[in-house]
Amino acid sequence: MKTVRLTIDKKVVEVQAGKTILDAARIAGIHIPTLCHHPDLCVAGNCRVCVVEQVGVRTLQASCAVPVSDGMEIITNSAKVQQARRHILELLLSEHRSDCVNCYKNNHCELQDLAAKYIFTPATLIPLPALQHYTIDSSSPSIIKDDSKCIRCQRCVRTCTQLQHVTALTVSHKGHEQKISTFMDKPLNDVVCTNCGQCVNRCPTGALTERNYIQEVWDALLDPNTHVVVQTAPAVRVALGEELGFDVGERVTGKMVSALKTLGFDSVLDTDFTADLTIMEEGTELLTRLKAVLTEKADAGTLLPMTTSCSPGWIKFIEHKFPDYLTNVSSCKSPQQMFGALAKTYYARKRKLNPAKIVSVSIMPCTAKKYEADRPEMRSSGFKDVDYVLTTRELARMIKMAGIDFMSLPDQEHDSLMGESSGAAVIFGATGGVMEAALRTAYELVTGREVPFANLDIKPVRGMEGVREANITIEGCLPEWSFLEGVELKLAVAHGLTNAWEVMQAVKQGKAEFHFIEVMACPGGCLGGGGQPIPTNSEIRLKRAQAIYEEDAGKHIRKSHENPEVLALYKDFLEAPMSHKSHELLHTYYIERHCN
Amino acid sequence: METMTNTSTVRKTDLIFGRSLDTLTLLRNAMQRDKDGLIQELIDSGLRGRGGAGFPTGLKWKFAKGAPGNKKYIICNADEGEPGTFKDRVILEKAADKVFAGMGLCGWLTGATKGFIYLRNEYIWMRNHILAQMNDMNEAFRQMKLDFSIGLKMGSGAYVCGEETALIESMESKRGEPRNKPPFPAIAGYEDKPTVVNNVETWVYALLISYIGADVFAAYGTEQSTGSKLFSVSGDTPKPGVYELEMGMKLSDFVAEFGDGDTKSVQVGGASGFCVPRRKFDQVIIGFEGIPTGGSMMLFNSHRSMYHVLHNFLEFFMEESCGQCTPCRVGCQQLLLGIEAVKSKTKPAQYLDTLMEFTETMRLASKCGLGQSVGNAFNSIVNEFYEEMIY
Repeated sequence: MKTVRLTIDKKVVEVQAGKTILDAARIAGIHIPTLCHHPDLCVAGNCRVCVVEQVGVRTLQASCAVPVSDGMEIITNSAKVQQARRHILELLLSEHRSDCVNCYKNNHCELQDLAAKYIFTPATLIPLPALQHYTIDSSSPSIIKDDSKCIRCQRCVRTCTQLQHVTALTVSHKGHEQKISTFMDKPLNDVVCTNCGQCVNRCPTGALTERNYIQEVWDALLDPNTHVVVQTAPAVRVALGEELGFDVGERVTGKMVSALKTLGFDSVLDTDFTADLTIMEEGTELLTRLKAVLTEKADAGTLLPMTTSCSPGWIKFIEHKFPDYLTNVSSCKSPQQMFGALAKTYYARKRKLNPAKIVSVSIMPCTAKKYEADRPEMRSSGFKDVDYVLTTRELARMIKMAGIDFMSLPDQEHDSLMGESSGAAVIFGATGGVMEAALRTAYELVTGREVPFANLDIKPVRGMEGVREANITIEGCLPEWSFLEGVELKLAVAHGLTNAWEVMQAVKQGKAEFHFIEVMACPGGCLGGGGQPIPTNSEIRLKRAQAIYEEDAGKHIRKSHENPEVLALYKDFLEAPMSHKSHELLHTYYIERHCN
Repeated sequence: METMTNTSTVRKTDLIFGRSLDTLTLLRNAMQRDKDGLIQELIDSGLRGRGGAGFPTGLKWKFAKGAPGNKKYIICNADEGEPGTFKDRVILEKAADKVFAGMGLCGWLTGATKGFIYLRNEYIWMRNHILAQMNDMNEAFRQMKLDFSIGLKMGSGAYVCGEETALIESMESKRGEPRNKPPFPAIAGYEDKPTVVNNVETWVYALLISYIGADVFAAYGTEQSTGSKLFSVSGDTPKPGVYELEMGMKLSDFVAEFGDGDTKSVQVGGASGFCVPRRKFDQVIIGFEGIPTGGSMMLFNSHRSMYHVLHNFLEFFMEESCGQCTPCRVGCQQLLLGIEAVKSKTKPAQYLDTLMEFTETMRLASKCGLGQSVGNAFNSIVNEFYEEMIY
């Protein structure tokens, strides 16, 4: 690999050719401030906060955009640079409604952080007139867009197009009218938006935030006439700590449960329980589809490949972009919605509670879950199955509001009835996890033997590559599954909707034949979800993934079909996977949506 | 083309529209020559881009010739958008064949097989005329066995698309926004292939130099500003129009020729250029050693308010900034708000000095030439006509 030598602030640095000045400075331990730059996204070079002086060059250089070259002399802190940097921040602040103390992102704002560092004289510039007549788009159940906070860094636009292939957000107009807009400036709930919240995760200011339901949840908690149940998604426990003083990648499952009990939730249950249930239903559904295709010669195209349905961002995406493939999506509800439907039926009956008095809250790493809970079909219990969805960030905020010293909380266990879970459920939070969990159960169901991988770790479907493919040949089937004997199952795992789009294109064009595809809308799966602590980058996501696999390895039950509470649920209530009752409560349908 | 009086101290030339060999003969002759020799001739001629930025044309062609890859592009920048510039229009009306032949020559020299003319949308009325000339030339290329053809792309009306990388983005059907540089178009331009982008006028001079030679061309003008160029003369002048003049003239001579006797200032190089007040007319050379121009020369007499002139320019920039980079997008708005605030006394006069500090940041930190040059007009007008800004 060719290397390049340059000096930055008189320090000699040798880096790979093709790196930017910013990369080189970071390698050398020299800090350069940035705003539009994000490690997950392509270079924009538009905020200009990162400008540096290059000796012999007339203008300052955007260090995030300029590649290093031999003999370059860079100065990152000259008077020229300092003045330009301060001016650029002053300009940005003049187009930003600096209503910091009232802002949802107060203390979590990159612009505010830079202002704190570089602005030390009173503002001289005139606030731009546009700040006097702004509108806030609060049409979406998941995302709030406030243009008066926008600094046009276009991170959201790059996220939405590059990572997610959605392009709900785009740049419109030019000059002083330039803004981040939607198709024809329509409200967010009326465009092709998957509510994935990846834009929220990357917005440096308060321009894009989740719609929060903190007050609604407090109201429920403080109402003596309600019974508030809460479910916690797998990926929350490996990221919540980041907001509350722990290092990235620390598991805080027990403290999270303690905190929820302290907040006053009447029952702290686990989405992992319904993740196990999902495996029972979805695994059975996959085998049923395989049987129909292999033995009854059913129309293969509408049944296979079967895709997962846990990720509501993915569901909305396929409804918009590949409506011809809606029959290929598993009819299973997501674990959140299975939980919601059971909370106001099974749980209510067992606990002898009036379901009308139950408020069902979920803690999710996700903003799309807010939309999912609002879908009109998600009322199988006769009530809204999940009343409020909080992101990991919102929960952290409630914990801080309540004055809970999170770090010193004792570890507690989830409550019973719908609180037990297997390791297979925990890994739902990482890309490839649903696939792995499904294989652990389905393979064993069909052959009577455990999956042939050491410690049940199905390594080929783990990892962070955007699309991963694996083939598993089924051998030694039990008699009733003999139609699967020798069948080579073709599997694919995709995370991030751009990768999902590529897999679906390959399917559509007949270039790929899969039996089962796992799709997670967010990079890294739920652990990189739009509701997770900010910032996000590949290193953070990797650490969260490691934490998830540690949690799995430490569980005494590793397979969904061995979860005793799930088995009890079938025995007492649902009868069997894909039963009539299951269909009523745990399965759903999808809707073709417009694509512009 | 307009005629001038014989007593003029400004030296008129007649290369572009004057009598010369037939265009195809010029091209055929040029293609008889050694390629490297011809590029050297261009370098020796001192020809610099006539769009305003003034990059040495021969060097640009040399880079493109040396650039690796077998797919290269030639683009004629006919997005003539600088306020006060209208000379490319006249060239395209009267000598489009020379423009296309110049592009063909560059294609032959650099190995590019495809060229485009990017025509500003406001010139759509010329489209049929240009297409006819272009088709004739494409046919001539075919007959000459020159593997090169030209296509037409229409702009959509954004000033910034005159910036070559924004122009390329626009040609690729994207938002017309300048790219990060490097890489420059000579290495990675249209469709990320080596691309030569030149102004309409530059193509004609390049073709002519292949015939008249570097020495004859360089005999015109000055050492740093060789040759002649077209000027678009407008404003308070009895004879507005397009004139081909020698480079390197004194502004006082220009004003003597074109002024109305009451010239207060001349805006050299359009809205992105510099304003020169009367007392500096005899100190300013129009050329790369002084103040260069893409052709725009706007004269203002004493009836004009320089506050209104500046206000007009700033409104223009505020709208025409592409909006992607902070210094230009917000800076242009702040400059306009700022002069209005000073005029209305809601900000003190010293605020003008603060604004001039901001134009320095715009010059240093903007992504492209648009934002970098807003301070040219701003600082020169504010400095030279300070009182007019305040009272």
